Amino acid sequence: MIDQPRSRSRAADLDQAPILLELSHLSTDFLIKDSPPAHALVDVSFTLREGEALGLVGESGCGKTTMMLSLMRLLPANGRIIEGTAQFGGVDLFSLSEKEIAGVRWKEISMIFQGAMNALNPVRTISDQIAEAFILQVGRVDKKVVDDRVISLLDLVGISADRRKQYPHQYSGGMRQRAMIAMALACNPQIVIADEPTTALDVMIQAQILELLEKLRDKLGLSIIFVTHDLGVVAEMCDTVLVMYGGVTAEYASVDAIYNEPRHPYTRELLRAFPDLNRPTAKLASIPGFPPRLNALPPGCRFAPRCPIAQDICHIEQPELRWIDAGHAASCHFLDLLPDGPAAAASPNTPSQNLLNSES
Amino acid sequence: MEEALPPIIEIKALCKYFPIKQTNLFDREEKFVHAVDDVSLVVGVAEVLALVGESGCGKSTLALTLMGLEKTTSGSLQIAGQEVTELKGSGLRAMRRNIQMIFQDPYESLNPLMSIGDIVAEPLKVHGLVKDKQARQERVLLALEDAGLKPAASFIQRLPHELSGGQRQRVVIAAALVLEPKVLLADEPVSMLDVSIRAEILNLLLELRERRGVSILMITHDLGTVGYVADRIAVMYLGRIVEIGPTLSIMQNPQHPYSKALLSVAPVPNPRQRRERIILQGETPNPIDLPPGCRFHPRCPVAQPHCSQIDPRLRLIPAGHEVACLEVKPKITSGPG
Repeated sequence: MIDQPRSRSRAADLDQAPILLELSHLSTDFLIKDSPPAHALVDVSFTLREGEALGLVGESGCGKTTMMLSLMRLLPANGRIIEGTAQFGGVDLFSLSEKEIAGVRWKEISMIFQGAMNALNPVRTISDQIAEAFILQVGRVDKKVVDDRVISLLDLVGISADRRKQYPHQYSGGMRQRAMIAMALACNPQIVIADEPTTALDVMIQAQILELLEKLRDKLGLSIIFVTHDLGVVAEMCDTVLVMYGGVTAEYASVDAIYNEPRHPYTRELLRAFPDLNRPTAKLASIPGFPPRLNALPPGCRFAPRCPIAQDICHIEQPELRWIDAGHAASCHFLDLLPDGPAAAASPNTPSQNLLNSES
Repeated sequence: MEEALPPIIEIKALCKYFPIKQTNLFDREEKFVHAVDDVSLVVGVAEVLALVGESGCGKSTLALTLMGLEKTTSGSLQIAGQEVTELKGSGLRAMRRNIQMIFQDPYESLNPLMSIGDIVAEPLKVHGLVKDKQARQERVLLALEDAGLKPAASFIQRLPHELSGGQRQRVVIAAALVLEPKVLLADEPVSMLDVSIRAEILNLLLELRERRGVSILMITHDLGTVGYVADRIAVMYLGRIVEIGPTLSIMQNPQHPYSKALLSVAPVPNPRQRRERIILQGETPNPIDLPPGCRFHPRCPVAQPHCSQIDPRLRLIPAGHEVACLEVKPKITSGPG
């Protein structure tokens, strides 16, 4: 059932896969009455290839949700995309009219929402809710066609057809999340954005859902954007990772580089704060302080107030995103500085050791 | 941990069944949800015990009976040598001073209209303790300080919305500490917090154990974090403890197939260590009509025919902890109970 060594041969082919979505220099503001706007996102870029799984990682308030809402053009009334392009299928999503973007939403890019418990309509059957999404794509068609599609979608996510006429309250948490996934797939989208898809679920149900998403990705050639704060889920599921902090890109790299050669101090600290079953005796580190408020950003690097290696310049100047090698970028004035002192500066390609085990 | 001290919590053969309303008039057979079914457990002084399991395994019901918020069906439950099941009224209230709860969600569990000082002082008022205003203030300051909110005086007047998530959880902990309990019952104490501040709260709990000698019963489904804080782990499934023992022994050498599966699916934050996951299909069956024999056998990957007939009991195994599984060889060979 499980493809035994879960290393990904796919990663090698990924570079060859065509680019599906290219987000460049996205900046989003929130207008606030009687005060300067909050810069929720500043100059964020990424590319998403066909079949790629991208992990969008960060703490609450880092801009993950704003990024997705910007992409789907679903920002609240006071949100403004002030800069950037999102190239998808030869068009810029940000310059489409409201009507045109409605043709992309759900049909090309769909979403799995956080909290399967609350995202479904409690007074309509599961079948009706999935059908609604499907009808959105094909228009009014024969009832039988719709029903067949609902059955095949439910089959895809592992729900038996005879439960389609039931209501959400008759489903368990895991089944509701499966139904949500079926809904997201109703129009054969190319990209699925999964917003904390497993956060409210028990570990075993979480494993079932992740297994399902992995299977669907292979079977349907989906590209998935995982929005999560769970570094474990990202390590299991993603090819590339974008670590965000305070609305800017902290680090952007392959999943292997993020976990084994992290260069941004925030990434390193975040990894040290995440429990690892394989090292149960190691001491968990926390990052002192808390993420910045977007309307009261520190003047220099946004991470500087919490950063263990911050210098004077960090409190004055926001570092630019620098490319360390193709596919690995980070924004820090001291990219080559390790917590223990300067090291590994010679060659960025040598896997730097001690990055993860620096507490020993 | 000093072995000489008597345990602070001693649970013996505890059962909690919830009767179900009969919908069929002619069906006279009474049915029950077997939420906690014959659980025995001790927690030592200044010990951290983690109760691990999925929703519906009975861990929260166990916590509620400990707090005296649910009546037990049968069995005995002692806290600091006092039988909780026999207490009522003022006796029960007095006992509750010994055991205080830390709630899961600091965004929901603090009254937004009350100042931090009032929130922390409230338990003292409820229990009618420390009536002198000055002395009460001092107790509140001490609790805040012990919960790591320093300087404590600067927090007294503030409202919950002015604090970060981590600070709020510290307020919740301070409100639990102010009665100087012997046991803290922590129900998923960090699951609602950002990863970067989880360690802070977990380390705080450990610090409190050191400084105040408080015992902690932590309820969680997150196996990743228990390794850092717990001395012992008890794994629950369908109202029963299926495996219990020292943390390292369980984490590195789990023996019960359910514990093995739970550990195998806990995500590891390194893509180079992706492992084979044992994914159990389906969900925990409902605890009304329990499967015969071992409760886990319908989902068990190694179930044998006898598993559907014999209900296994906890037995000591060579690895040094206790397991309830017929397929795990016990330490001293004696016929299966």
